[in-house]
Amino acid sequence: METIMAFAVGGMVAGAVYLFLSRQLLRVLFGVILLSNAVNVAILLVGRLTPGQAPLIGQGQEVLGQGLANPLPQALILTAIVIGFGLLSFVLALVYRGYQELGTLDSSQMRTAEPEDAA
Amino acid sequence: MIAWLVASPILVPLTTAALCAVFWHRPALQRVLSLGGSTLLLILAGLLLARVMEGGVQVAQMGSWAAPFGITLVADTLSALMILIASVMALAVAVYALGDVDAVRERGGYHIIFQVLMVGVCGSFITGDLFNLYVWFEVMLISSFVLLSLGGTKEQIDGAIKYAGINLIATACFLLAVALLYGVTGTLNMADLAVRVPHVANKGLVSTIAVLFIIAFGMKAAVFPFFFWLHAAYHTPAVAVQAIFAGLLTKVGVYALLRCFTLIFTGDMGWTHGILMWIAGATMLTGALGSLAVRDLRRALSWQVVAHIGYMIMGLAIATPLAIAGTVFYLVHDIVVKTNLFLGAGVVRRLSGGDTSYARLGGLFTAAPILCVVLFVPLASLAGFPPFSGFWSKLLLVRAGLAVENWAIVAVALVTGLLTFWLVGRLWAEMVWKSNPAGDALGTASLGGAARVALVAPLVLLSAITVTIGLYAEPLMRVSAMAADGLVDPQAYIDAVLGAVPTTPTLVGAAEPAAMEVQP
Repeated sequence: METIMAFAVGGMVAGAVYLFLSRQLLRVLFGVILLSNAVNVAILLVGRLTPGQAPLIGQGQEVLGQGLANPLPQALILTAIVIGFGLLSFVLALVYRGYQELGTLDSSQMRTAEPEDAA
Repeated sequence: MIAWLVASPILVPLTTAALCAVFWHRPALQRVLSLGGSTLLLILAGLLLARVMEGGVQVAQMGSWAAPFGITLVADTLSALMILIASVMALAVAVYALGDVDAVRERGGYHIIFQVLMVGVCGSFITGDLFNLYVWFEVMLISSFVLLSLGGTKEQIDGAIKYAGINLIATACFLLAVALLYGVTGTLNMADLAVRVPHVANKGLVSTIAVLFIIAFGMKAAVFPFFFWLHAAYHTPAVAVQAIFAGLLTKVGVYALLRCFTLIFTGDMGWTHGILMWIAGATMLTGALGSLAVRDLRRALSWQVVAHIGYMIMGLAIATPLAIAGTVFYLVHDIVVKTNLFLGAGVVRRLSGGDTSYARLGGLFTAAPILCVVLFVPLASLAGFPPFSGFWSKLLLVRAGLAVENWAIVAVALVTGLLTFWLVGRLWAEMVWKSNPAGDALGTASLGGAARVALVAPLVLLSAITVTIGLYAEPLMRVSAMAADGLVDPQAYIDAVLGAVPTTPTLVGAAEPAAMEVQP
């Protein structure tokens, strides 16, 4: 299972990199979404996959027993998802504003900040 | 009590931001709050540094969760020094903003976001937990996005999109590196990582993760080959924003590299620090050459931000106590000088009518002779003239390079110094000596009473700091040496965080204990 997941993460990263290569900014952003999801799955994976083993501490015990799910990576993913969502919605709004202001989403035509003749 | 002092660099700007947000419709009150908050931060940062110098590493466990289970805030000499210098910049920029930031940007929440940016910067400096560092980076990132696009000119939106794109990717790299490191060690506390990483059996995996950290922090620090976003974005926003970005944001990346590559990744220095050495050389040269290629004051300064990151990485790559002390000294010197230069370029831009291309500059000496003298200090310090601070910091690094007989990097550092000298000469000729193409340039009197004081006072303050460091380098030299000792031998840091007797935490919930690969 972990091997399959590892390859899935690799596939997602490859897809993200392919999308980054596009000049179309929206595709680049989709690449970012794919990459951050790949990272989130990777975090889940480094916590080891333990299906059906809820992280509950048994009566009379002080720590989790072995073989139970590790709750920390899930907390990390939750934080990362929330942060990623906030950043992404801001950037989507920014790109939309950029489309309104600059009239294009083609990154090779966005030369307002760095005009080509300003050598 | 000491826990409050350690947490204060986060709490003070956060409270200031919240108070500013409460008075959303009263920009005048926000200005006062922003100034007051920055002053308070400066005082507390001074107290914290004094306390650290006197009593060693100060630690605060958040929510009384003992390390490595909870989030730890750690103030060692480096952290406290960085917070102090960041708070000086915050105050200088807050004063400058009084005369610079226009009503539209103020209504858009400039003061609030500026304080939130300071929360992120100070949080990154003081945290002792890698995931927490990621969170502070995000705080810094989202506020820098807003500050960069605040005002909404075409140029700004264009710059902000590129800046946002590259930073989202850097963030994903950072998060992935943190996750993988957690996967092999089972901890995220930096001191605990310093104990466990040497015991990880799979050394190759650790080196891979280290390189991922170099990429993640390198994008923040704008080192070669990840520097291209910086000069695309840094010259676009309001001057106060540019100054704090140029002064602080890239340096946070350098700080993170310095922290991780002296504390955590010290096992395979030949490989990791070898990469850093190449990065340092290439960063210095490309930055210096780029600054000579453009014909605009602010764009040239943006390229110079890149060039001087190279010097700091060079010190880290050499990694002797002298070199690390040089890097710390350079950080302080560079933060002051870069903030000062960008603030100065903002004043020059106003005097020359909103354009800083060389073709439009000139005649500054006849129009504003005192401003020229004030500006001469950061420019000369940038080029490394004695007796300014830039001379001592370069001297330390060059001596450290010679001591380890790495002739190539010393040669690159000196050539970069020469190229910077060339640029400073050119800037001086274009900006100060040359007669103004549009007739007589305006003097600072044209800025108007209160705005004149607000715009020029921070320049005078920062130039005075540069001169003081230059003429009386001994105290900063001593603090840098102390910080370097703490970085080269991190045992005091580890003991302070984990307690003198290292706790061996139970690895909770691990599916296979052997997979954690930690030998007792």
